[in-house]
Amino acid sequence: MDRVSLSVGSGGKAMRDFIRGEILKHLGNSHLERLGDSAHLELNGRIGFTTDSFVIKPLFFPGGDIGKLAVVGTVNDLVVAGIEPAYISLSLIIEEGFAVSDLERILKSLKMTADRAGVEVVTGDTKVVRKGEADGLYINTAGVGRVVGEPGRLEPGDVIIVTGSVGDHSVAVMVARGEFEFEGEVESDCQPLHELLPVWDLGAKWMRDITRGGLATVLSEIAEGEGVSVYLEETKVPISAPVAAVSEILGIDPLYLASEGKAVLAAPKEKAAEILSFLKSRDAAREAARIGEIGGMGRPGETVLRTVSGGFRLLEPLTGELLPRIC
Amino acid sequence: MDASALRDERTVRSLVSEISGFLSRLGRETKLMEVCGTHTMTAYRSGLGRLLRRRGLRLISGPGCPVCVTPDGIMSAAATLVGHTRNLLLASFGDMLKVPTSAGSLLEVIPAEGSRVTSVYSPQEVIGLARANPAKEVVFLAAGFETTSPSIAWVVREARRQALGNLSFLVSLRIVPPPLRAILSTNAHGLDGFVYPGHVSVIIGSEAYRFIPEEFGLPGAISGFEPADLLLGIISVLRQIEQGEPKVDIAYPRAVKPEGNRIAMGLIEEVFEVADAEWRGFGTIPKSGLRLRDAALDAACRFGLDLASSWENEGCRCGEILRGAAEPEDCPLFMTACNPDTPLGPCMVSIEGSCLIHCKYGAVEWIE
Amino acid sequence: MCLAVPLEIVRIEGEMGVVESGGIRRPVNLSLVESPKVGDYAIVHAGFAITIMDRREAERTLALIAEYLEAAEGESK
Repeated sequence: MDRVSLSVGSGGKAMRDFIRGEILKHLGNSHLERLGDSAHLELNGRIGFTTDSFVIKPLFFPGGDIGKLAVVGTVNDLVVAGIEPAYISLSLIIEEGFAVSDLERILKSLKMTADRAGVEVVTGDTKVVRKGEADGLYINTAGVGRVVGEPGRLEPGDVIIVTGSVGDHSVAVMVARGEFEFEGEVESDCQPLHELLPVWDLGAKWMRDITRGGLATVLSEIAEGEGVSVYLEETKVPISAPVAAVSEILGIDPLYLASEGKAVLAAPKEKAAEILSFLKSRDAAREAARIGEIGGMGRPGETVLRTVSGGFRLLEPLTGELLPRIC
Repeated sequence: MDASALRDERTVRSLVSEISGFLSRLGRETKLMEVCGTHTMTAYRSGLGRLLRRRGLRLISGPGCPVCVTPDGIMSAAATLVGHTRNLLLASFGDMLKVPTSAGSLLEVIPAEGSRVTSVYSPQEVIGLARANPAKEVVFLAAGFETTSPSIAWVVREARRQALGNLSFLVSLRIVPPPLRAILSTNAHGLDGFVYPGHVSVIIGSEAYRFIPEEFGLPGAISGFEPADLLLGIISVLRQIEQGEPKVDIAYPRAVKPEGNRIAMGLIEEVFEVADAEWRGFGTIPKSGLRLRDAALDAACRFGLDLASSWENEGCRCGEILRGAAEPEDCPLFMTACNPDTPLGPCMVSIEGSCLIHCKYGAVEWIE
Repeated sequence: MCLAVPLEIVRIEGEMGVVESGGIRRPVNLSLVESPKVGDYAIVHAGFAITIMDRREAERTLALIAEYLEAAEGESK
């Protein structure tokens, strides 16, 4: 079979064959092989649970694809909430006629990322919809794991750290789509952050992954949500050359561009140095940097940016922009 | 050239301290109009606007946002056109698609069968659109000032060269100096001088503003768009005020020459003729717009469009804001009913609109 | 809309060329500028080069800024 047909989603033998032949072949493990309706799992203590859907265009981009992204997105949502990722579910919604070879590529990449992040795909579902009713492939995942870190209360003086450069995913996807006729070798930063979990033991109080809306949106949400003010120094935020160039050409602010493998966290001042040196020792966070602090300037709910020019302005959450589908 | 030298804090601080010196010698609040929306953006994004205001320099935004000054007549006609004409592709710059009209924005209006609205980064893309869709009419809603007009002119000429019978243009191209005259002839603002737009001036040169020092006695400088460029422009204007010698200074000489870009001006002249034009907030200003010489390529003629509408959302003060007569915060709709998610006026739509800039790069009044 | 940024010309083919910055390239229409050369910095607006940056003037501006900087920092010492 080269193309996924409607019969695959019918629930009959064709579906069973397809799942065994095309999906389990790549993802197979003892949980999935049973083809049961649910998975039986071992998890002791408090658990954390998350879900996410992926509708990115294009399905393949430099540095990743929708399969890798699905694992990364779910793993990172768990990690930043202090949860050690253990198991994930996988739902595929496939448009009739989708190339089986593409599906294989995506599932292989998904499996490789899951292995790297130490999570197992333990349950799943496959639906096929008529041509035109979906755009190639959509993925939904859920993830569970043990709680290993508890977010704490943010206080003035807490230090804000970013785990690396921001905006790389947005720009890589933009280039992959040929938007604005851009060309260049730009890779998405799409990567699982499971190896950063020890930051919770080292004293991190709060952590978020930087996705849609970018760093500025994450920080303004924390300011509003926690009723604190956030102070950010523009010169301290790591930004790669291609992200800087695209931002200049389009006149956009890289603080609003998305990443898919970067997080921002807050920690008490006295723990910051240790956390920073730990982060810099990890592949996923070599460029970690201290970029600001809680309080110090501004009113509760405000995020204040000290610009490269030494002026100040407020950062607002992303609003009113036409955003392409990037996750 | 390394742009960081034109942004960094040490540079900016030294230029601001120079400006402070001028201001304290002048001993009064000084009001300059920055004509171009991109300058407004530089001032707010870098935090310089507030920094200067505290030192007694007010920067007033002028009518330099092409999206904002395009009259409702053109926007509404475009919305009606795509809503009622089958097999039509309407292309424009991204921000143009979000401007509210009585029929909704171009993104909201439901296109007729086989029609659609699309955004472009470069005007040149519409040539490809017309070639790829020979069975459809392609209309380019072309807004802009002198910076953009030459590119549009190139595309018009190319359309003719390639005999693209299915491409036409709904033109809202405007000329920058005439509204400055309109503003000065009332001078309700008590302006002390101008910061002229750098990239418009790349095309038109410095002579085009000569009437301002000569007839109105006001100084001005053409400035670039890095923070240091803007500050150098302001220093030039303040120096002219201090010395009592108003002129048109080029403070952006790496890009602007006194004679402008002759190739670009020649191309504009070849394709367009100067005409009276309507500006949102101003009404009709004599000789302030461009009209296609070849009426056959004019979408308004081809589709018999009625450009007379002048609808606007009730209470919206974009018109006054564009004339520099009000600031966004003076508008009762600002950040209440009118915000970036649900803009009611064009100044909240364009990335160069004062309202969007004020809102995105929000005020930090309490610092220092 | 009058946003325009200096980008290095890396290729020229007739009226069209390619500009680059930070590893990002895009096509540019060069028909509005006189005799562009590879290595020049074109100031690009909406896909069209509207002028070629004058390097001597750019250096002069930097020198002027350096003077202000020296004056200001000399004062504060």
